[in-house]
Amino acid sequence: MGALTDLDLSALWVSIRLATMTVVTLLIVGTPLAWWLAHTKSRWRPIVEATVALPIVLPPTVLGFYLLVALGPYGPLGRLADLSLAFTFTGLVIASVFYSMPFVIQPLQSAFEAVGKAPLEAAWSLRASKMDAFFTVISPIALRGYISAIVLGFAHTMGEFGVVLMVGGSIPGQTRVLSTTIFEHVEVMEYAQAHTVSASLLIFSFLVLLAVYVTNRRFPIHVS
Amino acid sequence: MNRLLAHFDLPYATFRLTVDLDEPMSGITALFGPSGSGKTTLLRCLAGLERAPNGFLQFGDALWQDETKNLCLPLYARPIGYVFQEPRLFPHLNVRSNLLYGYTRIPAETRRIAIEQVVDILGIDRLLNRRIHKLSGGEQQRVAIGRALLTSPKLLLMDEPLASLDIQRKQELLPFIRRFHRELQIPVIYVSHAITEILQLADRVVLLKDGRTVGAGAVNQMLTSRQFRGQAGSQRVGAVFDVRVAKHDTQYGLTQLEFNGHSLFVPIQAVAVEQSVRVHILSRDVSIVVGRSTAPTSVLNVLDATIVEIREIDQSSVDLLLDIGAPLVASITRKSLVTLGLKPGQRVCAQIKSVALNEELME
Repeated sequence: MGALTDLDLSALWVSIRLATMTVVTLLIVGTPLAWWLAHTKSRWRPIVEATVALPIVLPPTVLGFYLLVALGPYGPLGRLADLSLAFTFTGLVIASVFYSMPFVIQPLQSAFEAVGKAPLEAAWSLRASKMDAFFTVISPIALRGYISAIVLGFAHTMGEFGVVLMVGGSIPGQTRVLSTTIFEHVEVMEYAQAHTVSASLLIFSFLVLLAVYVTNRRFPIHVS
Repeated sequence: MNRLLAHFDLPYATFRLTVDLDEPMSGITALFGPSGSGKTTLLRCLAGLERAPNGFLQFGDALWQDETKNLCLPLYARPIGYVFQEPRLFPHLNVRSNLLYGYTRIPAETRRIAIEQVVDILGIDRLLNRRIHKLSGGEQQRVAIGRALLTSPKLLLMDEPLASLDIQRKQELLPFIRRFHRELQIPVIYVSHAITEILQLADRVVLLKDGRTVGAGAVNQMLTSRQFRGQAGSQRVGAVFDVRVAKHDTQYGLTQLEFNGHSLFVPIQAVAVEQSVRVHILSRDVSIVVGRSTAPTSVLNVLDATIVEIREIDQSSVDLLLDIGAPLVASITRKSLVTLGLKPGQRVCAQIKSVALNEELME
């Protein structure tokens, strides 16, 4: 087992940047969506829920194919940006947002459902506006849901492969992430190097999860 | 004095709330009625948590809802304190932070109620640094009341705040409610289906049935009304009076109470002279004597009365609505009614066999 090469390290950096940006985007977009799903009585709810859950069951190649078309120079998203987003880092973030969506939305939705409307009404009765009540009452009570959403979203993006390969190609320094790096090493029979990168990803993922579970245990949220 | 003017018409699938209110807002107004009569829904309409399509709501000069102008202030923009049936404290904050949550959100110059005052009235000083889940149900509800009071509300809404507590905790909390109301002078609308709470707390009563208001008025007017008898059953009907402690007679162990120029004698009470207490007189404890009140009797409390109305109850009994300067109800047998030849307008004497004081009302 050798050391990580510069190429591997740049792939690690791309992976971390990608996962961070994906999770941040999903928290901003996903919070209102999850709130809506948790409290709406609209008949559109099951349709939206099914759409959000699609990436769990779809083969990544299906999602990757359509995203590639959409992000390409003649696709709707590509045309919106007036250039091809395929094989760029931005395109990769957009693809990952779709791919990791259920892993962020679903824990948030369950958390909001568990919190219910009662604390919100109480906060309103104490002069807190809607936004104020959300940030000072709802989100602290739903903290566990947020931690799950962040961990799952981050880990899932770190581990994605099929969509990344389809949409991003594997351009070193731009769209080559750890998972595709492993694939490249295996392709050219560099098994020792593939092992190094795989083991790093394994240990990294484990440590992140461990840290989260330890802090979660140490600072439990009291909901009586 | 502020008046509350409200009109709501709120249709649900299985239930319709149709309410017109024009009530003076002073003291404690009880919304009373059986479960499912719409008390909580009405309270939520007043708070702005439910929006009736053609609703109208005015409190004093302030317009809170007028659907003709498409106006409906959200709860956080109304100067209302709301105490829910369950305490709804914020679990991520300790007691002090819960109390301060609303206090810090109102402008400093509108703070009429100080933290020390609320902590003192509700007796929660040793709880301030506790976490919420370490409190008992009664303690949690006291903190919830304190939290609402600290927004210096112009109107306090309470939705059966004692319903989730056992009888002992209820007794523990009732004096606090009387006390903060007496000391802070905030009008309260209090939802309850427990007659004992009405007897102890209410100054005015709004009767609700099947989503409609069937009566509203001062507590002794409402308790002695025909509609109330229909709701509460025969056991608890009677009259309540706020009376003044006139003097204590240590020789015979009696306390003399005065109201409307009448005197009532009760076993000696540990209440200071001149203090006001509330008494409850059950209708079955009132009997009728025709003739002069000077006739010898072992009953101490005999009051001159005029029969106002005779109400049919069932085959064997009738209620008499009496006027003693205030309304009083006597339950007698139909046989006595006929034997004595009682008629509306007739002057009689009401013999009162038992008087319950505020503190005994919970039993």
